[in-house]
Amino acid sequence: MAETKKGPKRDLFPGTPTPSSPRRPGRRVYMVSGGVTKFAKAHPTMDFRLMCKRAFDLAKADVPNLTNAMIDGSRVSYFSDHFSRQLKAASMVQDYLGLNPRGSVRIEWGGATGGECFQAAYEAVASGRMDCCLAVGYETMSRVPTWKGNEFIALASDTNFDFPLGGFYTGYYALMVNRHIYEYVRRRKFAHVKDEREAQRLAVEYGTRIMAKVSVKNHRNALDNPYAQYPKAIDVEGVLHSEMVSYPLTREQICTMSDGAAAVFLCSEERAKELTDAPVQVTGVGCGTDTMRLADRPFGKVLLTPKEKAEEYADLPYPGVHSFRAGRAAGLEAYRHAGIEDPNRELDFIELHDAYSSSEIQTYEDLGLCKYGEGYDFVERGDPFLKGVDYGFEVPRAGAIPVNPSGGLIACGHPVGATGLMQAVFAFWQLEGSIGKHFGSGRLQIPNARRGAIHSHAGTGSAVTVSILEARP
Amino acid sequence: MSRAPLTKSRKFTEVQQRLSSEGAAIFVDREGKEALYVLSPYRIDYVHSYAEDSPFFLGLAEHRLRGSRCTGCAYVYGTPRGHCQFCGEPTEWVDLPLSGKVHSWTTCHFGSEAFLKETPYNLVLVEFEGVNSLLFSRLKDCGEKDIYVGMPVEARFAPEPKFSITDVWFVPATKK
Ligand SMILES: [Zn+2]
Repeated sequence: MAETKKGPKRDLFPGTPTPSSPRRPGRRVYMVSGGVTKFAKAHPTMDFRLMCKRAFDLAKADVPNLTNAMIDGSRVSYFSDHFSRQLKAASMVQDYLGLNPRGSVRIEWGGATGGECFQAAYEAVASGRMDCCLAVGYETMSRVPTWKGNEFIALASDTNFDFPLGGFYTGYYALMVNRHIYEYVRRRKFAHVKDEREAQRLAVEYGTRIMAKVSVKNHRNALDNPYAQYPKAIDVEGVLHSEMVSYPLTREQICTMSDGAAAVFLCSEERAKELTDAPVQVTGVGCGTDTMRLADRPFGKVLLTPKEKAEEYADLPYPGVHSFRAGRAAGLEAYRHAGIEDPNRELDFIELHDAYSSSEIQTYEDLGLCKYGEGYDFVERGDPFLKGVDYGFEVPRAGAIPVNPSGGLIACGHPVGATGLMQAVFAFWQLEGSIGKHFGSGRLQIPNARRGAIHSHAGTGSAVTVSILEARP
Repeated sequence: MSRAPLTKSRKFTEVQQRLSSEGAAIFVDREGKEALYVLSPYRIDYVHSYAEDSPFFLGLAEHRLRGSRCTGCAYVYGTPRGHCQFCGEPTEWVDLPLSGKVHSWTTCHFGSEAFLKETPYNLVLVEFEGVNSLLFSRLKDCGEKDIYVGMPVEARFAPEPKFSITDVWFVPATKK
């Protein structure tokens, strides 16, 4: 380990240069519209082309001045060829939408496929190559049995060293959060307990109760989101006593496989002005990466936010397997681009890739919403909860910075190629103030939402994107 | 030419059952819309090369656990890799200790289809004295209640190698 005598000193391996962005910002990019299908366990009567068409038509309906002739091209995202055994499926989407012979390319980047697709479309416009680019993504995961689907997903781990051991993503995340709990709960809150096993048992009990609150938050937020797959008025006990999948993650803390599609239009300033009075500017994009294998993650120094000091983390080997360095790098890059110094104060909400309740808490820290180690307290204080939603427990600081007002992946579902774009659509509706119109109830509308972030996450944290969206009335 | 009419069902599980016996079936959704399902099998044997990782897997067959050390900065990898992720220099093979500690762990009660029949099983990341990075493995001969971070463990090797990462696993250490 890093602290052993024989190995090299930790200082030798800073590992990660500070991200600098953007070197040249390019043109301003605006989102003018978005659409999503309902996310569902299966859409038997729609294939991926029709799902994409539905999302595309919904997005177009909100900008009546947008004609097909104005669309310069597309970026199409889906994660796995295994799920439908149709290679080159993105071409079939482009084809079905009637966008030939314009430019298009398929985007794939694991769980962050949708987030990458959004940024690829951003780049097409920022570079001046297009004035209007469609980002559209989907996944049809219902075509294979659930556990086979899990196997396909687990093939996104090293097939020499990781997959044959029992490749299972919930297992990987359970293992990561066990270390997170050890690092921050056992070592801090239960430092006084001498017996190691007892201390760790208490720490896991403490940590999982708080993780369960994240699941309750996302399931209950989704009660007012008609696009969500699993809205549910569940409580903490219900989450904790659902089936144990991989210790300590129970079924209600894990997102499901879904069918669904989402579409987004990104435009240059002039084109956006022709289409809408209320465009939303994409003011920051960031992307970070880390090793494919968890076993290769370094034990170096924390990548600091402007508010943090190196001394605070003198004893913290980073990122290890407890934190997502890719998420921190993506956040820092996007914040710098958008001119954000204090995300907690300067963001009004975040749509965050909560594939697991645990990874939502880990990500609060990566995104600098709180310091490393304070993710559990952040939940206890109530910061990421919505005002005016009944969670069944006290949330003193509700509304401080709502995370996953839509219900996130845990409650909306996770049709991988669509997920990151779904976040952009929900964020856009928040910033446009149109949640009431689109959800049929304004209960999830964050009052005066001006700036939001979307966060898309791949593998065991091997790639993460963060994009910042701002209302420009 | 004629065949019996396809089964129509509003229950997806029923459609699935029919598929395996009849090859096709019709799912009817709540609005009465129909979707024709067919079975579409897919199977392939890959000719997979371990390439530069081969010495590791051959080592397992000799009951040796091999990591690698960077010839540039001396970083020692608990999971071998040909070139260093920090300085890009080539690595050389080193023998790892056969005992270490649990860095983190979980017990899987479900798994991918390929491993469902093995549940529950324990996954561990193992840390070794004098080694900078970790090794991913299974922990056997103990249950969820016994495992903790920092637990001493030692390696065991398959008597009949299958040339897979599963040729090595760990068990609770016998000596303190
Ligand atoms: Zn090196």
